[in-house]
Amino acid sequence: MSGTPAIRLTGLTKSFGSVTAVDGVNLDIAPGEFFSMLGPSGSGKTTVLRMIAGFEQPTSGTVELFGKDVTADPPFDRDVNTVFQDYALFPHMSVLDNVAFGLRVRGVGAKERAATARDALALVRLEGYGDRTPQQLSGGQRQRVALARALVVEPKVLLLDEPLGALDLKLREQMQVELKDIQRRLGITFIFVTHDQEEALTLSDRIAVFNEGNIVQLGSAEDVYRHPATPFVANFVGSSTVFTAEEAKAILGTKGACSLRPEHIDIVRGKAPAGTISLKGTVFETIFLGASTRVIVDLDGGKRVAVLEQNDMSTKETHRGDTVTVAIHPQFLSTLA
Amino acid sequence: MPTDVTSPVRVTELPRQSVARRGSAYLYRHAKVRLALLLSAPLFWLGFVYIAALVALLITAFWSVDSFTGDILIEWNFDNVTTILTESVYQAVTLRTLGAAALVTIIDIALALPIAFVMAKVANKSVQRALVIAILMPLWASYLVKAYAWRNVLAEDGVLDWTLGLVGGNSPGYGFEGAILTLSYLWLPYVILPIYTALERVPDSLLDASSDLGARTWTTFRTVIMPLITPGIIAGSIFSFSLTLGDYIAVKIVGGATQTLGTLVYTNVGTANNLPLAAAIAFIPIAIIFIYLGAVRRTGALSNL
Repeated sequence: MSGTPAIRLTGLTKSFGSVTAVDGVNLDIAPGEFFSMLGPSGSGKTTVLRMIAGFEQPTSGTVELFGKDVTADPPFDRDVNTVFQDYALFPHMSVLDNVAFGLRVRGVGAKERAATARDALALVRLEGYGDRTPQQLSGGQRQRVALARALVVEPKVLLLDEPLGALDLKLREQMQVELKDIQRRLGITFIFVTHDQEEALTLSDRIAVFNEGNIVQLGSAEDVYRHPATPFVANFVGSSTVFTAEEAKAILGTKGACSLRPEHIDIVRGKAPAGTISLKGTVFETIFLGASTRVIVDLDGGKRVAVLEQNDMSTKETHRGDTVTVAIHPQFLSTLA
Repeated sequence: MPTDVTSPVRVTELPRQSVARRGSAYLYRHAKVRLALLLSAPLFWLGFVYIAALVALLITAFWSVDSFTGDILIEWNFDNVTTILTESVYQAVTLRTLGAAALVTIIDIALALPIAFVMAKVANKSVQRALVIAILMPLWASYLVKAYAWRNVLAEDGVLDWTLGLVGGNSPGYGFEGAILTLSYLWLPYVILPIYTALERVPDSLLDASSDLGARTWTTFRTVIMPLITPGIIAGSIFSFSLTLGDYIAVKIVGGATQTLGTLVYTNVGTANNLPLAAAIAFIPIAIIFIYLGAVRRTGALSNL
């Protein structure tokens, strides 16, 4: 990464009593990056976000914003804005007043701030909704008002705390596309906190996977998915079969612990292709998923693996109890630390 | 185990039919009967015991007293109403009582806001519980005990006198100021609790959002917190205002010679033996409270009581 990072976290630590929520996080985020912090609840990702915003004071460590140490600055003096998980719209103000709030406290005149707020509402495709109250909007619309309200003050960095968590699947997918589009158009840094791995993979330039208060892997979406660094990442981002070093040696004949994606295992009818590791097993369960079927196979070596079979033109039928041969392409085995 | 072949998995039987069960089932099917049973007792209380007593009081105000025998004469006249509306002593006492109610309310709100804020937004769970108990505790003590305790506090060479003496002041003693202090103390819990409830209902994320958008602490208080807790403040003020308006015991104990509407009613019922006039006086605070409630109704405060 060249130049000054938009955000630099150095040794960032936060303890609540005897619990260490964030444990010495070091991280650089580049300007204009769509960056995701992915992790299960309690992994410390939201606490990191709240420390960047200034809602929490770190126990130790520093937060730098474009090279300036802002660790001791209150939220109202930081050039970052937040989209909250519960949207946090002011219920006693109209949609337009909500969006204009940041301008109002900055002393912008009533006419000018109404015009700017209207532009921001247009950006999130909510023209004409200014006179409503937040209570009259749907979840997706509130989400967009929160986005407009945070963007209207032109922050250098936008923090999004699980903003799509409360939306239903269709709306969530639609908002993902819009978020990505807005980020590209404005070119500002987005830091997106989520526990939804699919969302993180879809949206992000880079992902930091959090577990137990620290980053366990940092990389591009593809990197994190294709080469999970630890068994935790292998299973949290997508699903994998994890082989310990001993299992790998005994079953696969390979060295070192590794993980394997279900889509990288095939059930073969007839002869396994050359160069693959072929193993025999019994089908334990099949789960129809629509476009694909998930087949759980108990290998004769005693290991249970998941296989994802595409339901394409060729009719393949696998049933519980079938004896099958699975083929594994060794290049897809991802070595674990 | 039942032997019913149509439901072989059933391991429990339905309870046996009984009168109580049939009664419950009848009520389940007849919503109106259910409602009537539920409402009859409270409606009787409200309609007959409460409102009827008030109406009786109102009627009494239009009677008079035989000045010679002291008997109540059931002769309809407006003398009492004319008296309290025109005589300057009643106007002065009304204004004084109104002033006391307003003062006590302002003092209580000023004290309650920071306390309620600490309880709702600053303190952790255990401190919060301790504070709630500390605020509710005085409500378990007798009103009289608390008023007499304040008599001691306010006394010459009392705690207040001694403390203020350190900075060259002295206790206001028994009088209007003493009554204000005591009444502020007595009604403070009633003001703290609705404000606390209102503050609790303001999500922390709103305060975060306000500060995130650039509002300093005071701006957040003014533009976000105040509008959202105003109904709670008004709800609390209804308590302190109306309770002060009608109080006479505390005023008797620590108020010295201070006359309020409450003490006037007390004197007229007791010493002066003029129940009709007392009834007429009693309608001044009732009228004021009605006006007050009417004014605050549209703020939504009544749904916060």
